[in-house]
Amino acid sequence: MNALRIALATTCITLASGVAYASDVEVKAVWVRGTVSGQQATGAFMEVTSQSGAAIVGASSPVAGVTEVHEMKMDGNVMKMRAIPRLDLPAGKIVKLEPGGYHVMLMALKQPLKAGDTVPLTLKIEGNDKKTETIEIKAEVRDLTAAPMRNGHKQ
Amino acid sequence: MPAIKTLATLFLCITLLLSGCSEPPAFKSTDITGADWGKAFVLTDPTGNIRQLTDFRGKAVVIFFGYTQCPDVCPTTLSTMRDTLALLGEEAKRVQVIFVTLDPARDTAEVLGQYAQAFNPSFIGLRGDEATTAALAKEFKVFYSKQKGPTPETYSIDHSAISYAIDPQGRLRLAIRHGEAPEIVAADLKLLLAGK
Repeated sequence: MNALRIALATTCITLASGVAYASDVEVKAVWVRGTVSGQQATGAFMEVTSQSGAAIVGASSPVAGVTEVHEMKMDGNVMKMRAIPRLDLPAGKIVKLEPGGYHVMLMALKQPLKAGDTVPLTLKIEGNDKKTETIEIKAEVRDLTAAPMRNGHKQ
Repeated sequence: MPAIKTLATLFLCITLLLSGCSEPPAFKSTDITGADWGKAFVLTDPTGNIRQLTDFRGKAVVIFFGYTQCPDVCPTTLSTMRDTLALLGEEAKRVQVIFVTLDPARDTAEVLGQYAQAFNPSFIGLRGDEATTAALAKEFKVFYSKQKGPTPETYSIDHSAISYAIDPQGRLRLAIRHGEAPEIVAADLKLLLAGK
């Protein structure tokens, strides 16, 4: 019986580290850029899909004092980054949080994030029924110097 | 005599024609040769030594201004420069990548040193005090503006995402766009190293 419980728990953890589902929201390819000691902030990136339409309305993580959803935009040659109160997830569309666009900003970090570590993240999702729920995900920490996919200019 | 005169004229014509044909070097980045700005810097490295542009004579210098809490543009640019050096092979020894912080309040010497060297041990992170940073940004036409965060310590900084290339003679030559491919940056740096 105990063995079965452990097996079930292991399966759940394995699922959680790869793909996380709420009722209709799927989060994939979650990663966080690592930091050097003393560095107070970094970004988390992922792919989020809602089957029936939803929005990310908040985020939190035990490793950060402050967590926000940010949008990065190039205004000419100037990089501008702003917190956004909600990130819409149109039905059936993959919304990518990736360098050059959106990210979950982890600030006031409580510890350096080392490549290979796992960081828990909670996303607050508002469904199209206006009800909010939370999704627990686990983000793999990649090296600080991880290069993004090169897909041209984001201007 | 008329024959010599004709020959001389012909020679002059050919010379003019040839010089007209020698095109300017084919830089992919924006050529800003002759700029009367971005001529010098005096900053401090993470070990406390004063470093200035003249220290790097004989090397092509790539200089980028940012801050370590930048989650996106700064690490992407430094990764590009790391990949550029890898493409340059032996010639990379004649290139110096410099990361200047626009956030000296939070980017202590220790954080800045570790951060720059994480990308490539040869990269140098440099900093000045707030006044020096502001004056230098002006000198290099770098825009930056602090944006309030949810707490006093969690501000972000809007900033220019351009890198500059300086030739081995210490002259500002190229403005490299954000998101440029390492292959392009490497080709441009090769031209600068070849004295173009």
